[in-house]
Amino acid sequence: MSAEQSPHDVPSAAQLVESVREWLQNDVLTSTTGRVQFHSRVAINVLAMVERELTMGSRQETDHAARLAELGVASQAELASAIRTGALDDRIDDVVAAVRASVVDKLSVANPGYMRRDDQSS
Amino acid sequence: MSSSPDPRGELADAISIALDGRAVGGLTRLSGGASRETWRFEADGEPLILQRQRAGDTRDMEVEASVLRAAAAAGVPVPRLLASGRFDHGARYMIQSWVDGETIARKILRDDAFADARVSLVGQFASALAAVHSIPIDDVPGLPTTDQVAQYRQSLDDLNAQLEQSHPAFELAFRWLEANRPTSARRTVVHGDFRLGNVMVGPEGLRAVLDWELAHIGDPMEDLGWLCVRAWRFGSELPVAGVGRYEELLAGYSAATGSPADPEALLWWEVLGTLKWGIMCMLQASAHLLGFSRSHELAAIGRRVCENEYDILLALEGRWSSLGVS
Repeated sequence: MSAEQSPHDVPSAAQLVESVREWLQNDVLTSTTGRVQFHSRVAINVLAMVERELTMGSRQETDHAARLAELGVASQAELASAIRTGALDDRIDDVVAAVRASVVDKLSVANPGYMRRDDQSS
Repeated sequence: MSSSPDPRGELADAISIALDGRAVGGLTRLSGGASRETWRFEADGEPLILQRQRAGDTRDMEVEASVLRAAAAAGVPVPRLLASGRFDHGARYMIQSWVDGETIARKILRDDAFADARVSLVGQFASALAAVHSIPIDDVPGLPTTDQVAQYRQSLDDLNAQLEQSHPAFELAFRWLEANRPTSARRTVVHGDFRLGNVMVGPEGLRAVLDWELAHIGDPMEDLGWLCVRAWRFGSELPVAGVGRYEELLAGYSAATGSPADPEALLWWEVLGTLKWGIMCMLQASAHLLGFSRSHELAAIGRRVCENEYDILLALEGRWSSLGVS
């Protein structure tokens, strides 16, 4: 959501989450061990993911909707179903390209470092 | 649950009876999963392992015990099975020899102590798998024969419905798998979860193949493909268990079985394995989302599903023409 449309004061949602993540990183991680430290690390990763989604999510939603419209389907569920029944087999390359773009978007939020360099920050 | 004031003493007594009266001590619980508990103990000073099945687990541990016996006879390195059966209170159990070594993948892949092991492991895995696949099927009655594609198709449908999700990349994967099934007619015992984490490794290499509870009857290439799934590389660049190249695995397996292994079948099973792991990630997230086990760790695994979608799309780049006009 753009700043003009939001009734909220700063910090933004992403900045709030960022502040908690920084606390986990700087204070909690260094003063814990074993299982709790491991779960702190997981929490840091989760919050970083949420920050990325808050930042990129709205653009990704628009792009996703445009890709679905381009393939003539109204929803992701409809695309999945069309792939399953073969209804879009005559456009298989377009389908694969659209699915791939969505998956790259998902990973850009979930774990960007997992991807090949040429798919990162696309 | 036992009503005894000392359930550990009661378990030690039950083990002692199972081992013909040997003196049991030092019972230490190693892990407790949803379906079974693992304990370490000593009998007359010999270190042993007890696995005890929990109520509600539908698998029959006695089948697993028979697979272990058959695997040993076929030359697979496995822990020695000392006893198996049912305790008085009804739980199935197996008692095996303790094999020393390391199971943690990241240590095996990174620690200097395993530098020599890393060179030998792919060849040893290939030989061990060839031995697993040489077990006569008739020696191990009771193993499931479910078609893997059908089984995971059902799992995905169930999870998609429960979580109100859809996964176009997985639908593409199922279409491709159906259209490109390997023609191999070989049906053998399959270990079902052969990877780092489920093998005991020493500085010299493979010591024992563990965790046989997912053993079933199927295409032997399933075990090789599963070993190549990216999740089981634990961050390493090398495709086979994080320690070797495809060519090494195929050459080692072909040499051990005496017949050539098909790289296309290996790819097919790696794709299916990747799909399976993606569905298992959904399953773990569902345990959190549906309230069985609230945990941010399980929740986060839900966002690892797309890692598997990505790997499938990379593996099948340029291979979609079997589905339609390209």
